[in-house]
Amino acid sequence: MAHLRLIARLDIKAPNLIKGIHLEGVRVVGNPQTFAQRYYDQGVDELLYVDAVASLYGRNSLTDLVRHTAENVFIPITVGGGLRSVDDVRAMLRAGADKVAINTAAVARPDLIREVAETFGSQCMVVSIQAKRQTDGRWEALTDGGREHSKLDAIHWARQAQDLGAGEILLTSVDQEGTQKGFDLALTRAVAEAVTIPVIASGGMGKLDHLDAVVGEGKADAVAMAHVLHYDKLSLDAIRAHARNSGITVRHDG
Amino acid sequence: MTVNVTVVDYGVGNLLSVTRALAHVGAAPVLSSDPAVILASEFLVLPGVGAFGAAMMELERRGLTGALRERGRCGRPFLGICLGAQLLLDGSDEFGSHDGLGLISGRVQAVPSTGGDGRTHRIPHIGWADLAEPAPGRWQGTIFQDTRPGTSVYFVHSFHAMPTDPAHLLAVVDYDGIPVTAAIGHGAVTGCQFHPEKSGEAGLRMLHRFAGLGD
Repeated sequence: MAHLRLIARLDIKAPNLIKGIHLEGVRVVGNPQTFAQRYYDQGVDELLYVDAVASLYGRNSLTDLVRHTAENVFIPITVGGGLRSVDDVRAMLRAGADKVAINTAAVARPDLIREVAETFGSQCMVVSIQAKRQTDGRWEALTDGGREHSKLDAIHWARQAQDLGAGEILLTSVDQEGTQKGFDLALTRAVAEAVTIPVIASGGMGKLDHLDAVVGEGKADAVAMAHVLHYDKLSLDAIRAHARNSGITVRHDG
Repeated sequence: MTVNVTVVDYGVGNLLSVTRALAHVGAAPVLSSDPAVILASEFLVLPGVGAFGAAMMELERRGLTGALRERGRCGRPFLGICLGAQLLLDGSDEFGSHDGLGLISGRVQAVPSTGGDGRTHRIPHIGWADLAEPAPGRWQGTIFQDTRPGTSVYFVHSFHAMPTDPAHLLAVVDYDGIPVTAAIGHGAVTGCQFHPEKSGEAGLRMLHRFAGLGD
């Protein structure tokens, strides 16, 4: 496979970087700009900004943050949360985002995926899936920041999203998110095997071994990390060194 | 001294990222869709994302293909990025056959959907990969002059350039045992399949070098 991509995930409740558990129970961490710059300086591969409350208010408020970040950060920036139309996507790309991650609006109207892919290219259309484990062993895709049910099977939805033109899947396990107890490996693997586009595993990174598991057993192409980075539990240097020791290749700085 | 770098604005792609990166390395980016400005440019960047055919149509519609072809033959630095690199070739077979600018002989082909072991791998090819120099000394005097082999850069693509003359292959990366074209070059014309403007400090160094700001 290509190098494992290490993505810093920054959930934002404007103007703050926040961190929750199971996408709820929010705590303020600090200034997102400061953290984004620090992760860039430490060689993170990508940044992911998620407007955590956008769906509540029906709009994404991250334009200014993205604009400022993109002035000094020269790696891909993905922005998600509250984007509902081709015009919303255009505004975010104009602010400096390279990709957008869409969940709620795509579930409500799957054709949005096709419209965005046709207008701006699949490379910028990331479909975000917030998957919650069900008692029957399947996963339901939730919307609105994990608050609403869609009744969609997450695996089927991932495949449909790919067919509509998604370039990547951002897969967040609602169960594992914020727990630092490791990724949902069965979920990650099921989605990774159902699609041919890259899958970003999000939710549960707590220690270095979790990386081996989500790549080996989970077959993830990328991992999004929040808590371990924000609270300095693991450094990007340590994560890269561990990955290399485990035979997982990662980016080399020139 | 201000170094003006003209960036072709034809309604396709990541102009903002490219102009910001150029400004960051000390150049003065100027957006233009004026054939005369493009033709007279000292340094020229052709960005682009999306489909080959659609991009060529946009260039045609703005009357830019003639100026770009002429500009590409005049010996002044010309950098194509991502789709902009693919447009430098004779043509592409993405969604039907399309003519390109023909500044570097060759065609654009799909990145093979299986790796060297015959197993299906991810397409598009998204992420960081390590640049290799196809032959010793190939990077001398190019935008890779101060890049070390093995440096990772950021890709997102499903197609890549296949130059007819292997000497025009400037950099390659390995994707699951399959060689993928990272950069092509012929004289002052360079094409980067990856995104130097999104490849961290390594990419910025290449843009710095391109704009004649190295050394």
